[in-house]
Amino acid sequence: MQVPASFEFERAESVEHALELLERYGPEARLVAGGHSLIPMMKLRLAQPDALIDINGLAELSHLKVTGDTLVIGALVRHAALLADEAVGAYFPIFHEAERVIADPVVRNRGTVGGSLCQADPSEDLSAAFAAVRAEAVIAGPGGRRTVPIREFHVGPYETVVGPGEMLIELRVRIRPGAGSAYEKVERRVGDWPVAAAGAYLRLDGGVIAEVGLGLTAVGAEHFAAPFAEAYLIGKTAGEAVLREGARIAADGCAPQADQRGPVDYKRHLAGELTYRALSRAAERSGS
Amino acid sequence: MSTPMGFGRMHRKEDARFIRGRGNYVDDVNLPGMLHGAILRSPHAHARIVSVDTSAALAHPKVRAVITGETLAGLNLAWMPTLSADTQAVLATDKVRFQGQEVAFVVAEDRYSARDALELIDVEYEALDSVIDAKKSLDEDAPLIRDDHEGRADNKIFDWEAGDRAATDALFERAEVTVAQDMLYPRVHPAPLETCGAVADFDKVTGKLTVWCPTQAPHAHRTLYALVAGLPEHKIRVISPDIGGGFGNKVGIYPGYVCAIVGSIVTGKPVKWMEDRSENLMSTSFARDYHMRGEVAATRDGKIQAIRVKVLADHGAFNGTAQPTKFPAGFFGVFTGSYDLQAAHCEVTGVYTNKAPGGVAYACSFRITEAVYLVERMIDVLALELGVDAAELRMKNLLRSEQFPYTSPTGWEYDSGDYQKTLQLAMDMAGYDALRREQAEKRERGELMGIGLSFFTEAVGAGPRKHMDILGLGMADGAELRVHPTGKAVLRVSCQSQGQGHETTFAQIVAAELGISPDDVDVVHGDTDQTPFGLGTYGSRSTPVSGAAAAMVSRKVRERARQVASAMLEASPEDLEWTVSESGGSWTVSGTGVGKTIQEIALAAHSNLELPDGVEGHLDATCVYNPPNLTYPFGAYICVVDVDPGTGQVKVRRFIAVDDCGVRINPMIVEGQVHGGLADGVGMALMQLMAFDEDGNHLGASFMDYLLPTAMECPSWELGETVTPSPHHPIGAKGVGESATVGSPPAVVNAVLDALRPYGVRHADMPLTPAAVWRAIQGNPIRTDLAIT
Repeated sequence: MQVPASFEFERAESVEHALELLERYGPEARLVAGGHSLIPMMKLRLAQPDALIDINGLAELSHLKVTGDTLVIGALVRHAALLADEAVGAYFPIFHEAERVIADPVVRNRGTVGGSLCQADPSEDLSAAFAAVRAEAVIAGPGGRRTVPIREFHVGPYETVVGPGEMLIELRVRIRPGAGSAYEKVERRVGDWPVAAAGAYLRLDGGVIAEVGLGLTAVGAEHFAAPFAEAYLIGKTAGEAVLREGARIAADGCAPQADQRGPVDYKRHLAGELTYRALSRAAERSGS
Repeated sequence: MSTPMGFGRMHRKEDARFIRGRGNYVDDVNLPGMLHGAILRSPHAHARIVSVDTSAALAHPKVRAVITGETLAGLNLAWMPTLSADTQAVLATDKVRFQGQEVAFVVAEDRYSARDALELIDVEYEALDSVIDAKKSLDEDAPLIRDDHEGRADNKIFDWEAGDRAATDALFERAEVTVAQDMLYPRVHPAPLETCGAVADFDKVTGKLTVWCPTQAPHAHRTLYALVAGLPEHKIRVISPDIGGGFGNKVGIYPGYVCAIVGSIVTGKPVKWMEDRSENLMSTSFARDYHMRGEVAATRDGKIQAIRVKVLADHGAFNGTAQPTKFPAGFFGVFTGSYDLQAAHCEVTGVYTNKAPGGVAYACSFRITEAVYLVERMIDVLALELGVDAAELRMKNLLRSEQFPYTSPTGWEYDSGDYQKTLQLAMDMAGYDALRREQAEKRERGELMGIGLSFFTEAVGAGPRKHMDILGLGMADGAELRVHPTGKAVLRVSCQSQGQGHETTFAQIVAAELGISPDDVDVVHGDTDQTPFGLGTYGSRSTPVSGAAAAMVSRKVRERARQVASAMLEASPEDLEWTVSESGGSWTVSGTGVGKTIQEIALAAHSNLELPDGVEGHLDATCVYNPPNLTYPFGAYICVVDVDPGTGQVKVRRFIAVDDCGVRINPMIVEGQVHGGLADGVGMALMQLMAFDEDGNHLGASFMDYLLPTAMECPSWELGETVTPSPHHPIGAKGVGESATVGSPPAVVNAVLDALRPYGVRHADMPLTPAAVWRAIQGNPIRTDLAIT
């Protein structure tokens, strides 16, 4: 039977209370929101935290709104809520396309955006989507709040810049009128982690690429991004050959590892193929 | 849905409790004072055990006992016999031989403490080189796995052959066309949603042992416990409550069951042990793992003459396959499939590797899955070689209806069939010619679409007992039927449902024979104190064997009813005729319309009515059904897929399945079983796999890695039926539980490979994951049984 080792359990009443509890229990305490990664790991005893601090009651982290030119996503927003939100779908189809292929409805009802990013699984979908749109992460700690570009948020597999006494509060994404975006994923079965996935965010100006963001996951892309491909693409006319070449550069920048989802050559091929498909669809959507 | 007076569609009687959450599974059994067990398992694939220190675990305040191999050795229980006349370690004493093997058993007051205490057991291992690649198991320098066998020098378990080697070789020598293909039917796992487990309760006062366990064969388990543990058989009661899926995973006795029993005897308390998902996937009966080479000899115009097969069978660390004793390769001998050919020969070599034991499971009909996959892939390979349509080639070579009963080149007697009709129906339902036209148009545009066929013949319903036994227990099954004074009946059967709907189907059989409503028949099963002896439910044998027993025992009761009716009507029994009207069954005086209903007869049978000499009264009977032959269900399947050449992703667009399982008792239940089997086939063909890395680490030990198909991967199944009754079964029925699992994987694989034809791909092994398909297109296929590097 799979049962976790013993742990303390606390229910946080507010962000300040959660931060206090984190300080009280120290670095072996873990925040729990949806729990869809942490709890299975605890049952397998791959994780044995001293204490769980439950933040599910913090309504102040469940906001999802457009403020001025910015989409603000509270850390506790459930996948299902992000997927159901019309404004998100209108401004950022990439989020809806990514959410539709994250796990299954049961997981999406419970799992959170902040939890997904903080878990920092190297195959996580939203990490690529947020990298593509260049989001910012707001982190609260004993010394107040700080803002970190999402491409500096992840420092390695299962590692983020969120310190032991800190917590992720929200994600902020600037809305650029006329931009298009798309997400492409190959999985072995619905609900599986990606073999590879790519997201693209593109703003065309008269057919010329004025802004571009690429996010890749499960293929060993540093910070889930493809900066060399973006540098190549910017300022060029978005034709098939250009997008193909951008996708090739993105694939070259990846360092995939072989596992039962596929060998290295296949994953690298997918990185290119899916980047191209995402760019093409983002280009079609741009300017609309 | 109304209730028919016998056969026909009706809702399952058992579903009322399941959909209300009132099923009763082993993990629902909670007894006063019950303790909880947990198993410490080996992290190594092959290692010598240097020492096991349990002192810290024993010092845990909530631990009641720690049982090791040494403890069991003292009771002569460290090893137990397998269903294939080998031995298997209950808890390891000398070595561990696969990752996940059982090493120690903790009994504690709650399941958390039991699990905590596992981490307090200190086992010192000396790692040994392991045998992971079955193809290297017989190398001269391969490590010896079973050094517990006296005099053993290698890892070979058996060589087995069937057919006529000389005649086959002769046909190959002068054949106009021959083709050969290597293929792997990879190791897969039945993965029932309910894992294995047991609650053992040994009563020191009465000496009675009660074991609740989700076993597909409760009576066989009871006898084996008696034989192995030396417990008196009448003091053992095995209760198999509701089971959350079996598929062959729950036929054998697992070490955890024995540990729970020993734990209860040692502590004097009931002990529950429930496996977790990873334990189930890592240590219990897997299926398949056949490395096969098929060859076909044919004429240039496409008449198949002979088939030749060589198999390397990976049985894992202990030979624990569950099949009739005389059949070490199961029923693989039916590999000539549904085709008319002159000669055939196969050789199977079974080997030990450092993997979990098993091999016969997952709705395989004792390895007919492997046999059908082999022959159906070979037909497609031959069609490619000859440049003919795969359906046309099949139609040309299928057995013809006038050839039945047909004795195959390897000695199997097929009872009945009308194969061309079934294949034609499937092709008509599919719109086969239109699909081929669509495919040709798509190929012009560079789009990949594939159409795959499979025609299977199954051989299910073991015995007869003179040919088929398991550890000496003949494969015949009992039934008892009792009709109460008011005409309501109780049928007791030896088989055990794991979801097949026995409580409905068998009630319908009795209902049809006695002319009463199925609602008036209760079916009792799964409790050895309440049911007659029999070998249980696997190999699609319930309806062929226990279903026949239910019909035969009903006919006995009906005959008794005739005797009682003759006394009631003061007429000679010979003058009575059995009639069934809308209101039910009656014995009626011929030509008069005067008669007695079965309910009236039941009441009279229990009354003060004076009965003729030799008629005992009451209305009950028992019987044991020994099947004269297997039944041979068959079917034609057509799968249509679309493949994305840029990603290798396969989408199953359509699946047409025409099954002929003889007479259908409840068509809805048959269709449900076919649906499940088709989903299994999609899973095996496209995603399910248990690979191992070079150190023997299991790479599919959770549902994150071992993928079960979902509704999203399954099309809306298109089912059809033909009905060719079994001539020897009392109601003309054949088994169907495994047909779709057997028949569907080759249809899916043939469809994918048909789609890849523009790339010149002839074969690729299951599972055809996106990576495997893309690599096949590149001409660089991956080996699916080993870690991808």
